[in-house]
Amino acid sequence: MRFSGWRVLREGLTGNRGWQAHWRDPDPKPEYDAVIIGGGGHGLATAYYLAKDHGMRNIAVLERGYIGGGNVGRNTTIVRANYYLPGNSEFYSHSLKLWEGLEQDLNYNAMMSQRGILNVFHNDAQRDSAVRRANAIINQGDDAEILSRDQLREMVPLLNYDNNRFPIQGALLQRRAGTARHDAVAWGFARGADQRGVDILQNCEVTGIRTEGGKVIGVETPRGLIRAGKVAMAAAGRSSQVAAMAGLTLPIESHVLQAFVSEGLKPIIDHVITFAEGHLYISQSDKGGLVFGSYLDLYASYAARGNLPMVEHTMEACMAMLPAIGKARLLRSWGGIMDMTPDGSPIIDRTPIEGLYLNAGWCYGGFKATPASGQCYAHLIATDRPHQAAAAFRLDRFETGRGLMDEEATGAQHNLH
Amino acid sequence: MRITCPLCGERDRREFYYRGAVLEAPEEGAPLEVWHAHVHLRLNPAGPLEEWWYHQHGCGSWIRVQRDTSNHEMLAAAPAATGEAG
Repeated sequence: MRFSGWRVLREGLTGNRGWQAHWRDPDPKPEYDAVIIGGGGHGLATAYYLAKDHGMRNIAVLERGYIGGGNVGRNTTIVRANYYLPGNSEFYSHSLKLWEGLEQDLNYNAMMSQRGILNVFHNDAQRDSAVRRANAIINQGDDAEILSRDQLREMVPLLNYDNNRFPIQGALLQRRAGTARHDAVAWGFARGADQRGVDILQNCEVTGIRTEGGKVIGVETPRGLIRAGKVAMAAAGRSSQVAAMAGLTLPIESHVLQAFVSEGLKPIIDHVITFAEGHLYISQSDKGGLVFGSYLDLYASYAARGNLPMVEHTMEACMAMLPAIGKARLLRSWGGIMDMTPDGSPIIDRTPIEGLYLNAGWCYGGFKATPASGQCYAHLIATDRPHQAAAAFRLDRFETGRGLMDEEATGAQHNLH
Repeated sequence: MRITCPLCGERDRREFYYRGAVLEAPEEGAPLEVWHAHVHLRLNPAGPLEEWWYHQHGCGSWIRVQRDTSNHEMLAAAPAATGEAG
């Protein structure tokens, strides 16, 4: 089944009775060429690109819950490529290019909206940093502009420009950045993979990773042993537990990051706006809800819910920067579990066990990485060689000290990235 | 989330600074892989975890807390000097 304008019209005229399930619900086969642990955005994208780019179709994605129920549905849907450290920068640049063609590629409406991201700065040091970042982004061929206070004010009059402590001095603008409907991204990749023969097995938790002589031979599930010569972990939020089944200890600490949605409002925020003050980021969904968040809760957690101090901080930051939304009521909040690495950057690499691969450590940047993560991981799994765009995401960089991408310049501190 | 300080009793999380998991520091001359494991690798359990908290806006003592990371339940707390949370 392909989606098209004609199809929507036809279904509209015939009672919408022709729509079908977007993917099958197959029984697990006893053996696959590759098994992916984790049916989140990255795992599904990996399966999709394995089938599409490398012709590997005898593969399965094992999800312990349901598709769209994990971190892929627990983020603030922002897509951007405004990084500047070598290693990360080209990867996210690659990812944004994939995002731009993703809906056509998947034949699926992911509601990709390149509404632009504004990184607001409040002082000279932050301006210098934004200019440096903008230059780096332009040098690698992506778009970036520095807006003066007046230019920004013309574009977004709503902000509190004269906050006593954090006056707004301007912003770094990337017009190609924006948002995408997060669960539609998961559904689109699931459908695309399924159409190419990938088995998507929901409610199928991996309870063990079977190895023999330093080589992976399959995974254990409540539905029996599933054999595979290649097993790929993509379980961000639970990476440490999954890796522990294979006897691996990862450079990861899990932390909770909260996000919030207001009641639906008329359109008032046209871009994604981030504030250096309080680390606040906010956008407005197509349904009208303001979607926003700020820092980690800053203690280890798997609870998928946060605590009041960071709720208060986030609301205070909103009131300081956007007092106009003060009367909006908060509709809901949730927490996502972040794989925090010591340098704030991800891992896509082989492991010491032959045939076992690791995709983890996305900190709070996993959603925007989804297509590139899947494509690069698929390349690694199929060819045993890293994809050029993700060659820096090595597991051994923490041990050797070579190639660390310390985004926040905080050193080896998991929770400070 | 509330934390029971052994000196002050149950207090709000806002009064505390979080240091992270209790880790045994290696000897100064320990091999590189031992230091690597200490600095970077974490068991990262989804369950009870021994960790350091600092009662910054209270009595100023470091405490050793056992907390369940899967539901934020406080299981035990003791002054850092005693070396045990329980």
